[in-house]
Amino acid sequence: MDNDFLNKLGIPRLIISLFLAFLVAAAFSFGLPMGQIFSAMLTRFGMNALLVLAMIPTIQAGAGPNFGLPFGIICGLIGATLAIELDLRGFTAFFFAIGVSIPLGAIAGWLYGLLLNRVKGQEMTVGTYMGFSIVSVMCIFWLMAPYKSPEMVWPYGGDGLRVTVVLDGRMEQLLDRFLSFTVNGVTIPTGLLLATALCCVLLWIFMRTRTGLAMSVVGSNPRFAEASGLNVNKYRLLASVVSCAMGAAGIVIYSQSYGFIQLYQAPLYMALYSVSAILIGGASLQRATITQALIGTFLFNALLVIALPVANVAMDSDISEIMRVIISNGIILYALTRKEVGGDAR
Amino acid sequence: MTGAARLEMKNISKQYYGNRVLKGLSFSVNKGEVLSLVGENGAGKSTLMNILFGMPVIHSTGGFDGEIFLDGEKANIKSPEEAMKLGIGMVHQEFMLLPGFTITENIKLNREITKDSLLSKIFGKPMKWLDLPAMKADARQSMDTIGLGIDEMLPVRGLPVGHMQFVEIARELDKKNIRLLVLDEPTAVLTESDADKLLEAMKILTGKGISILFISHRLDEVMAASDKIVVLRDGEQIAETRPSETTIDRIAELMVGRKIESGEMVGRPPSELKDDYILEIRDLSVAMPGERVKGVNLDVKRGEILGIGGLAGQGKIGIANGIMGLFPSDGDVKKNGKTIKLNAARASLDNAMAFVSEDRRGTGLLLDDSIEFNIVATAIQVQGKFLTPGKVRILDSQAMTGLATNMIQELDIRCTGPGQLTRRLSGGNQQKVCIARAIILEPNLLFVSEPTRGIDIGAKKLILDHLVKLNRDNGLTIVMTSSELAELRSICDRIAIVYQGKLEGILLPTDSDRDFGLMMAGEYHKFHGKEAV
Repeated sequence: MDNDFLNKLGIPRLIISLFLAFLVAAAFSFGLPMGQIFSAMLTRFGMNALLVLAMIPTIQAGAGPNFGLPFGIICGLIGATLAIELDLRGFTAFFFAIGVSIPLGAIAGWLYGLLLNRVKGQEMTVGTYMGFSIVSVMCIFWLMAPYKSPEMVWPYGGDGLRVTVVLDGRMEQLLDRFLSFTVNGVTIPTGLLLATALCCVLLWIFMRTRTGLAMSVVGSNPRFAEASGLNVNKYRLLASVVSCAMGAAGIVIYSQSYGFIQLYQAPLYMALYSVSAILIGGASLQRATITQALIGTFLFNALLVIALPVANVAMDSDISEIMRVIISNGIILYALTRKEVGGDAR
Repeated sequence: MTGAARLEMKNISKQYYGNRVLKGLSFSVNKGEVLSLVGENGAGKSTLMNILFGMPVIHSTGGFDGEIFLDGEKANIKSPEEAMKLGIGMVHQEFMLLPGFTITENIKLNREITKDSLLSKIFGKPMKWLDLPAMKADARQSMDTIGLGIDEMLPVRGLPVGHMQFVEIARELDKKNIRLLVLDEPTAVLTESDADKLLEAMKILTGKGISILFISHRLDEVMAASDKIVVLRDGEQIAETRPSETTIDRIAELMVGRKIESGEMVGRPPSELKDDYILEIRDLSVAMPGERVKGVNLDVKRGEILGIGGLAGQGKIGIANGIMGLFPSDGDVKKNGKTIKLNAARASLDNAMAFVSEDRRGTGLLLDDSIEFNIVATAIQVQGKFLTPGKVRILDSQAMTGLATNMIQELDIRCTGPGQLTRRLSGGNQQKVCIARAIILEPNLLFVSEPTRGIDIGAKKLILDHLVKLNRDNGLTIVMTSSELAELRSICDRIAIVYQGKLEGILLPTDSDRDFGLMMAGEYHKFHGKEAV
């Protein structure tokens, strides 16, 4: 194999891709419904892409992967539940949810950014526990908030939201079904993929504006940034704002595709999945690109989709699922500990 | 063997990767004598001390040639522990004390006096208790010897620096076998009165038969305290003399030496430069750790290359860093008569000033970004260049790559292309990237600090030549700070010497070595009795 290509791909990506290819081959030989599996891969890719892309601003600004993503996610959940509370349906509900989520997420990101600027160097640990705490605080909110919609509150008592809110008839798979079509048994979630592409383009443009470039200068070398007249804390704050706003919008897209809004403890580990995905994609804790985010999202979710059915057929035990967990977590560990720098830009 | 010298170093030579940094040094110190080592930064003093202490850096780079004798016995010092066992003590320039511990604990560190406890009878030595009263008594004794009258149980944190220095000396003194004490610039951080006390303490020590190797840049102290003076320059032993046989200005001259022929100097005579000032600095103080500036007044003429020189730690580096807003500063800086806002990097950049930092990897580069992005990054932020036109302005990669390709050619940056990460470049090429970044800001005043530090000779010359070219062709005013006097003298029109955070004076590159040496040692005005130019 071409050595350059191998270097660019990176050994972790190679291992994961081979493992994925092996699972696909196995699934095929077991006669599993490949159409369904591939459709699920595409859908899960689209569902998670924005949540993973949300890692890029904070990584580039030097604050590491945004472990405080649940803070933004919760804002998205508030937006989505409000849409139902107001009895909105279809795209109205969807855009209302997004419209409420983004400013709320931005405020959350601003608060979180203030915290991050005080704990430079420990963003990952502080972010994780910040996420955990806010999820718990919000459990109280979900119980106490004066929501009235009978679709969401507990059927008995009539107080507090349910653990999962069904989006059936509201905005379930709104994007997924938009312009979707089926080829060889594989359903393409066109709307979802288009939305993902749009997010990528917007993020790409943003990261190349003066502000976006400043952000990446700040992350690359804060002393350099100061010498260039940049306010380091300001750009770190901004990165956190953008990241949390993306997380907020991301969970709305995720929920509509999933068909449920998951409340209470559900956002707890969402940040970890996103961090894992982007690291698997080849990003480091200091530098991340959109391509890396997309590759990582695909690999991570494709493995997730295919591992279980293969395991169920292949053996009685869950060894394949265990393998998946070992490999993906092993790669996260590798990504978190390595010191190497990325390849040349060209 | 009676009558042998306490320390004798015979024909000491050392190479680092084929680069000879010590060339056959030989000298000796008798019992109870003070020998001073003087020389510029890089003259070889630290290497010599590292050899004496058996530092790993010496042995991991191929050892050294020559012999060391202690009291007539050949000493084969392979590690700092062995040096200590042989009775060699060292007081460092930076304090090696544990701030949270008391003075006693610091003095007795790793040599604690212990007594048996119940646990130690079972588990052995590590479980013994400290015999604090005995330790206190020991510490007290050492401190009294050098006249340090403070409580021995005070924590080190919060002590005045002068006292910390004495605690270090007390610690060395407490080692009962101490024969030879090395004081590496002990007075650099002391006030004058503390320094005087230290010199007195040295007399007490020599009175007890301890020999002292004294390293200092303050020549008056050297004259006052030494029995012998050894002058080093570029790893060579230039002279060995006694204070009674020499004068301060003679030592200064020896230290600097002629390293440069007048034909290599491109600086212009003062008559060619008008008294038209582009920058007026008044009472500038900069809180840059290790390079503090304490009230500098300096004028920069339009179109000149002004050098700022001085020994390490005297504050020369702080001046440019302060003006460019990288360290907290105070004072009044006017460019073209207009006051520049201090502590704001942006204000300095907006006023057509640019800076090539001495901290190349720390401040000067985005190591994990491409050469091209490094070159344009500041211009994008400060001047909005290299962005596409229109409402949403994004990075114009074509313009960026085009410019970077030109710069690579112009400055002869050796790389695989404009996309290469700067981390992978050699020091010289990294420096060229830094210079390119500063130039494209189109400044009319450029600060360059230590432009050739850690760079091979070829790249050095290219960089200096390019600075001269920028100055002559584009009329760019350059303020170059450097530790290498020879380099300053080769391209500057005038050279300002900084001593103890203040401007000591301004010399022409053609002025005598003696004047440079005196000025860097802060002795110039005592001899010439005239005010700073």
